[in-house]
Amino acid sequence: MSSLKSWKEIPMGGVAYRLSTDVKTGDWRALKPVIDQNKCTKCMICWLFCPDMSIIWDGEKVYVNYDYCKGCGICANECPVKAISMVPELGE
Amino acid sequence: MSELELVPKYPREKQTMINVNGDEAIAYAVKQSYVDVVAAYPITPQTIIVEKFSEFVANGETHTEFVAVESEHSAMSACVGAAASGARAFTATSSQGLALMVEVLYIASGLRLPMVLAVVNRALSAPINIHNDHSDAYLMRDAGWIMLFAENVQEAYDTTIQAFKISEHPDVQLPASVHIDGFFLSHTLENIYTLPDEAVYDFLGGPRKIAKVRVDYFDEEVNYALDPARPLSIGNLALYDYYFEIKVPQVLSMRKAEEVIKEVNEEWYKLTGRKYGNGLVDPFMVEDADIVIIAMGSSAGTVRSVVKKYREKGVKVGLLRIRSFRPFPHKDIVELLSGSKLVAVMDKGIGPGQYGALYLDVAASLYHSKSKPILVDYVYGLGGRDLSPEMVEQMINNLLKDLEKGYILEEERLRFLGVRG
Repeated sequence: MSSLKSWKEIPMGGVAYRLSTDVKTGDWRALKPVIDQNKCTKCMICWLFCPDMSIIWDGEKVYVNYDYCKGCGICANECPVKAISMVPELGE
Repeated sequence: MSELELVPKYPREKQTMINVNGDEAIAYAVKQSYVDVVAAYPITPQTIIVEKFSEFVANGETHTEFVAVESEHSAMSACVGAAASGARAFTATSSQGLALMVEVLYIASGLRLPMVLAVVNRALSAPINIHNDHSDAYLMRDAGWIMLFAENVQEAYDTTIQAFKISEHPDVQLPASVHIDGFFLSHTLENIYTLPDEAVYDFLGGPRKIAKVRVDYFDEEVNYALDPARPLSIGNLALYDYYFEIKVPQVLSMRKAEEVIKEVNEEWYKLTGRKYGNGLVDPFMVEDADIVIIAMGSSAGTVRSVVKKYREKGVKVGLLRIRSFRPFPHKDIVELLSGSKLVAVMDKGIGPGQYGALYLDVAASLYHSKSKPILVDYVYGLGGRDLSPEMVEQMINNLLKDLEKGYILEEERLRFLGVRG
């Protein structure tokens, strides 16, 4: 939000002039999913359900992309082995 | 055609005369306009447009994708989707159908998507009525659409083709609506001149040209269209930080549309030998008129014939037909009415608690005119009530009395023409 553009500088019709990934929607989160790697069976059900594509598989383990995870808790709800817990964000 | 006689590229002998009603004329114009998508839902008195057009599709006479939708809301939504993918889109409706479409009309204009909508003007319920007035058109006056009103079937054909060109002009990029009076034009047969298909194709420059946009994430300008190879995000959320900046260019483009409508009118004249005033307004014997009557749509024909009759008697009366309701031709109105003493606006629709919409717009123009004529609003023709020449004569006779008196009291400024009681 540092430099708001004038109407002469933006494309018509409200087309996004920046990538939507520029907006770190993780800021909206109140509860943060934390994965217990000892319990995780890497079944990827959380990945399947995540509406924001914020569950990442790096080839070895499952982790959360906190830049875009809004903390909806679907992953924790769906995890069959209860490996994900929702922890309150305490802020800075 | 008082100036030098112009030989159009397609003089009458090179055009084809067909006998059609207003709806069929629009369907034929759409067929010739190389439209990619038509999504429509039938409603009286627009039905014949959709019916006729679906025949063209069934007969393989056009490449158009015809989408039979389940409502007018879906018809306009499908057109928004089609236009956002870069297609040339068209739909048509009337009255309640337009009312159902209104939500999406604002989206089409806000997203700056060119397309054409034919509105066969019909009264709004209640009471339920299928006949003509302009209450449905007044409903969409602030929706950000270019609104052109045709006086006869020939103009309905001409304006439909012109509307695609105006809407798709790089400086405009706004949706356009073509208005014809329900039944008076939609169901009335007229012999009209039509261009060969290739002439319309060339006039429109072939298929729709897609506008370009510049965004941070592509190096060069890209098509403003949904394209998997160059994906754009269309239809975004814009709050107090950007909504205003996105709306202002929409208003400025509507102003540019004034010039484009004039240019297209001239271009059409060179092509066909037909033009309608300067494109925005179509004046008749206005120059030296003391009394000027302002009207839109098919009623202008009736008024013109009565004006002619009064001119023969030496009464200085004129007619100013508004062809472009949006953008509204404020400049032309101030110029053309500078010498008039009394202006009567004919409104085929009411706004309870207010004057008719056309009166308000004319009043807004005249406020800035040096010579302020007396202004009066005649509401007429509601629910399809016929406007007879006798009614126009009665109106002019009353106006002559007002002119003699020199003023009209506030409580007499809103009059109803042709109502009992």
